[in-house]
Amino acid sequence: MIVSRKPLSLAERFYLPAVANGFKVTWRHFRRTVFEGKTAAGETAGGFHPEVPWKVEPGYRGAPYLVRDQEGHTKCVSCQLCEFICPPKAIRITPPGPDGQAADRKNAEKMPRDFEINMLRCIFCGLCQEVCPEEAIFLQKDYSLSGGSREEMIYNKERLLALGGTHSGTQKWKHKLEEAKAQEAFPVKTP
Amino acid sequence: MDWTFLIFTLVKIAVVFAVVMTMVAYAVLVERKVSAFIQDRVGPNRAAPFFARYIPFLGPRLVRWGIFQPVADALKAILKEDYTPAHVRKVYFWIAPAIAMVPALLTLAVIPFGSQIGSQKMVIADLDVGILYTFGIVSLGVYGIVLAGYAANSKYPFLGGIRSSAQMISYEISMGLSVIPVFLLVGSLNLSDVIGNQSGSLLNWHVVKQPLAFFIFLIAAFAETNRLPFDLPEAETELVGGYHTEYSSMKFALFFLGEYAAMISVSAMMVTLFLGGWTLPFLGLDQPAATIGMGLVHILIFLMKLCFLLLIIIWVRWMLPRFRYDQLMDLGWRRFIPVALANIILTAAVLAFVRS
Repeated sequence: MIVSRKPLSLAERFYLPAVANGFKVTWRHFRRTVFEGKTAAGETAGGFHPEVPWKVEPGYRGAPYLVRDQEGHTKCVSCQLCEFICPPKAIRITPPGPDGQAADRKNAEKMPRDFEINMLRCIFCGLCQEVCPEEAIFLQKDYSLSGGSREEMIYNKERLLALGGTHSGTQKWKHKLEEAKAQEAFPVKTP
Repeated sequence: MDWTFLIFTLVKIAVVFAVVMTMVAYAVLVERKVSAFIQDRVGPNRAAPFFARYIPFLGPRLVRWGIFQPVADALKAILKEDYTPAHVRKVYFWIAPAIAMVPALLTLAVIPFGSQIGSQKMVIADLDVGILYTFGIVSLGVYGIVLAGYAANSKYPFLGGIRSSAQMISYEISMGLSVIPVFLLVGSLNLSDVIGNQSGSLLNWHVVKQPLAFFIFLIAAFAETNRLPFDLPEAETELVGGYHTEYSSMKFALFFLGEYAAMISVSAMMVTLFLGGWTLPFLGLDQPAATIGMGLVHILIFLMKLCFLLLIIIWVRWMLPRFRYDQLMDLGWRRFIPVALANIILTAAVLAFVRS
């Protein structure tokens, strides 16, 4: 669609109505802030950031942390998919190797010896969460990470697991088991 | 060599420099506060030195008004890493901030900022060619920006430099033409004479006698100081900062200070040329002061008028969007220059008619 451009009137060509309207709008906001003490943050959030913490809504993409399953075991199986997909290469996984420690849960062959996320590189894109076949890594609610040095901002496995907590959402292996049992009968019932 | 003259001049330079630098720092604060209020925010209200807590009543309020913020800003600018990118042309890169800063300060030398204290006239250099000197110096200001754009050796600053040269040259002309009617009225180029000519009554102020000249000068002043709506050389949204994209730390701060110092000097010019300088047309405030107290009152009047114009310049920045480049050129060359020329001819004709 072609929007026809109307020729400006004489007053408009002097830019004077624009100036008058501009002053009207800016003065309205100025007056409201200075004399009535109303601010955008005060009206919407009830205050300013450090004093009034920001409410993190569900679905927010914060920092990615590792989670434990309901029995407190490591969910990550060191498959390194997240490491491969990570666009800024923030994740580094050290696999256990052939003689390494075995996984601390059933249905898993191994778990990472170390799992590092460089929070200075992480862009909070959520691809690791999306790609993870074990639902072991989730973007959680922390958005304001800070540290005194670069080393401090590289989070290791213990720290990530401690911050991530226990995953209370879907129980993937329970569902897999139910699916497998359902497939033994014919016809297959799809959920 | 007259030693008292030298000493008094040096004292005046030191005082004017100190006052202008303080005003620059607090103009930045006012800019931030005004922008915040216009945008439903509160602006800087956190910077608090350790002793602020011990000042009863006033301490927390000073913090909330951001009175200590300029100090923090200055410290930050000085302590930041001064980074020189590898691709710049070093000599020009180092010279440009100084060249941007100096003309703004030099202009202030001829501004009469008060009548007199004792036997000293409150102007650093009482030149008979005052206004010519000013325009000569003001046009140097563009070199700082053009050099910065050239020295940075990358695309955005270069575009900013080009825009700046075109814009400042075109507005320089209309600015110069707009003040000629004022000097036709006064009959002298000395700025002290310009103020003397405006004493007596409010109707003698040149803003009343020559509103068109004042209007053109005001608009051209926006363009000369690179302020919105004519901040095309800087244009954060298109040119990521324009000519000072590659600068950091104190070099960037010099550009910043230069911009505000230019605002102050151009406001001082407007006060002197159009708003009656240090005079007020009542209570006998339009005659040179006889006592030191009156001399100080005159300086205060000058500063108040100056602050009023600064506030207008700051407010306009948050009020109007940026002009497009062709609109800017069109306004300069095809509107203001013909109007300014017509104004000169009209004024000259009226004066010739009245005086004959």
